[in-house]
Amino acid sequence: MTRIPTGLAAVGAAAALLALAGCGGSDDTAQTGGGGPIAITASDDSCGVARNTADAGTITFEVTNKGQRVTEFYLYAEGDRIMGEVENVAPGLTRRLIVEVPEAGRYQTACKPGMQGKGIRGDFTVSGQATKQVDSDAKLAEAAKSYQRYVNSQADALLTRTTEFVDAVKAGEVEDAKALFPVARTYWERIEPVAESFGDLDPRIDGREADLEAGQEFTGYHRLEKDLWVSGLQADSPATADRLLTDVNEIVTRAKAVELTPLQLANGAKELLDEVATGKITGEEDAFSHTDLWDFRANVDGSRAAIAALRPTIEERKADLLTTLDAAFAAVDAVLEKHRRGDGFALYTDLTEADVKEMAAVVDALGEPISSVAEVVVSP
Amino acid sequence: MTGTPTTNEPAPDPAPASANAAGPRERLSRRRLFGMAGAGAAVAGVSAAVGVAVSRSESVTTVTDAAAEVVPFHGEHQAGIVTPAQDRMHFVAFDVTTRRRDDLVALLKAWTAAAERMTTGLEAKENGAVGGSPQAPPADTGEALDLPASALTLTIGLGASLFDDRFGLADARPPKLIDIPAFPGDDLDPRRGGGDICVQACANDPQVAVHAIRNLARIGFGKVAVRWSQLGFGRTSSTTRAQTTPRNLFGFKDGTRNLKAEDVEALREHVWVQPGDGPDWLVGGTYLVARRIRMHIEIWDRTSLVEQEVIVGRAKGTGAPLGQVDEFDEVDLRVGGAGGEPLIGENAHIRLASPEALGGVRLLRRGYNFTDGSDGLGHLDAGLFFVAFNRDTAKQFVPMQQALSSKDVMMEYIEHTGSGLYAVPPGVRPGGHWADTLIR
Repeated sequence: MTRIPTGLAAVGAAAALLALAGCGGSDDTAQTGGGGPIAITASDDSCGVARNTADAGTITFEVTNKGQRVTEFYLYAEGDRIMGEVENVAPGLTRRLIVEVPEAGRYQTACKPGMQGKGIRGDFTVSGQATKQVDSDAKLAEAAKSYQRYVNSQADALLTRTTEFVDAVKAGEVEDAKALFPVARTYWERIEPVAESFGDLDPRIDGREADLEAGQEFTGYHRLEKDLWVSGLQADSPATADRLLTDVNEIVTRAKAVELTPLQLANGAKELLDEVATGKITGEEDAFSHTDLWDFRANVDGSRAAIAALRPTIEERKADLLTTLDAAFAAVDAVLEKHRRGDGFALYTDLTEADVKEMAAVVDALGEPISSVAEVVVSP
Repeated sequence: MTGTPTTNEPAPDPAPASANAAGPRERLSRRRLFGMAGAGAAVAGVSAAVGVAVSRSESVTTVTDAAAEVVPFHGEHQAGIVTPAQDRMHFVAFDVTTRRRDDLVALLKAWTAAAERMTTGLEAKENGAVGGSPQAPPADTGEALDLPASALTLTIGLGASLFDDRFGLADARPPKLIDIPAFPGDDLDPRRGGGDICVQACANDPQVAVHAIRNLARIGFGKVAVRWSQLGFGRTSSTTRAQTTPRNLFGFKDGTRNLKAEDVEALREHVWVQPGDGPDWLVGGTYLVARRIRMHIEIWDRTSLVEQEVIVGRAKGTGAPLGQVDEFDEVDLRVGGAGGEPLIGENAHIRLASPEALGGVRLLRRGYNFTDGSDGLGHLDAGLFFVAFNRDTAKQFVPMQQALSSKDVMMEYIEHTGSGLYAVPPGVRPGGHWADTLIR
């Protein structure tokens, strides 16, 4: 698991917002279309707007609270859609709000003395047009759908295999459960970035003992892994197994409902490789069973599935990147398959230092080009 | 040490007329210093041959530069805490191997004498490097001969393990010298943490810092043994407003909101142990938290700029907090973008580490970038050696690290691999010695 359960969901969303707001790496956030910041003078019963027109692009407001009550300032688009806001402006203070407004149109400013109600509204007109990224590419839309089908199929298998695993644990069939453990996890690891985006469930399902916070209960796959391989089945193992199945059921339902953007696909493909590099190659993921190579294989499978969905777009926009990726995936496969044993893989503890180093090298060789896919996807 | 100026170094200019925009510390290149060192060494060799001792400071009296700066060793507080952060660090932790209290006191006295000398640019002992008996091994190891003081500071701290029954110090253990709890995601290597005594050497020349630690270790043989040590090659915090904010290995400005030497009132509140904090021997001292933080820089480097900025909560170029324009603009945690989502995310590093989110808690940070070779898997073993000073670790560092370790997305890219907490005694008065308020 990742230690911080936010990955794709929180950062992804925030990053998208930020990109939209135009703050990403640019040093020009102070520039305001139509010259200089717009002063907002808020009092307890008025909302002075120094200028109520601006060009599309980056608009900077300087909000000064001359009233006695704490206030807020908003810029709304039609339907009270928030374009930007600054909260908790204490009396006497001046605060800054930089808003990216890509489209011309009628907007509204609002001061909210006491931070309540609809506020003191004023019309605000934006003219002109800022360049805006239009994502109407049919190939990209199909990519998202195609990957969604993959997520659905893996989610179904995850539920089936986890049910079998849980049944074996509850029946006390230790050897069966041990055999099923890496199999059930394969489906989890293939769609890990999607599953992880549900921050509340991920630590319960996939939390590692070393990453628990004080007072947090050790549950999920890895708790059962410890029972099966180290401490023996415990009195509460069946209950832990039941809870795992409930959580997996929930996450499967949610994973099937999630709507993914092409950018999230690209980032997910990269994150899966990051997981391999930081967790699997070091043998930290399955610290008791040492079945890390199953997870390794599954992460790479999932990454490849996301790239496969994006393939037509990458081919059209940057064909040489695709060649590089194909070769790098093939190199990872070749190394990984050396350690295949029947339907599974050698245990991490059976690997030599040279084996691990060889794996790290091919994963790095793939991780570097895969990190450039996102840019290809967002910039036509 | 016989390097000559190369074409990519500034032309020799012994007396820059006005303050250089690049800051005083860059006025004299290290390579140029080394060039002078070469000449100085020759001089020293000659004078030794005729039996005249030449101290390091004498051979570089022409250098009127920040590199030659001497930071006073004596004072109310130890140097190396609010001292403008030097560029380089060598940190060491020792285990005390003697069981005799007298030995320990004698060592602290000998160390203090050597530290007083070395921080002024002198050898560890008079006539140390080359002026002694030709038949004896030199008392100073010699590699800093001819190098200026380079703003060397030596700061001592005492670990909890010193306060056991060996030296009768059990009752003097400060209650606030706690055992730092385990945090989620810690991967601590016992060989990179703890220790009875730590010494932090900071200087603008790495060789000067290493020389100081090496000579202290040498003086200590038979009484202490090196437990672990860490080199830092670039400061990651500024501790005065005159310094520019440096960057960590993630490429971001680090420590913009750090406590600064000028914040006298805040230092009293957040850093210096006050009367009544207990115990009395530590008044005027502080606590040093050391954390060796491995950064998975290769993974970080594959992360998009916008995601890096979201994780940190600042623009990478300017260092400005998201939603603001300049680096030192106030961080505004209550600004929302489209949909009212906070521009500085709920899990952004600067929000989680902010005094606003932590009930006013602040630290004085004084960390350094490091690389320690490779990890054996084709990656650099690189990161941040986090050093911070605070007055009450349980109320300052611990809650901050708890918030970061459980919520900070940056944790995906880092791992804490070493840890130590040390009580830092107050400054030494002339005639006194390190920790003489505790043991003499």
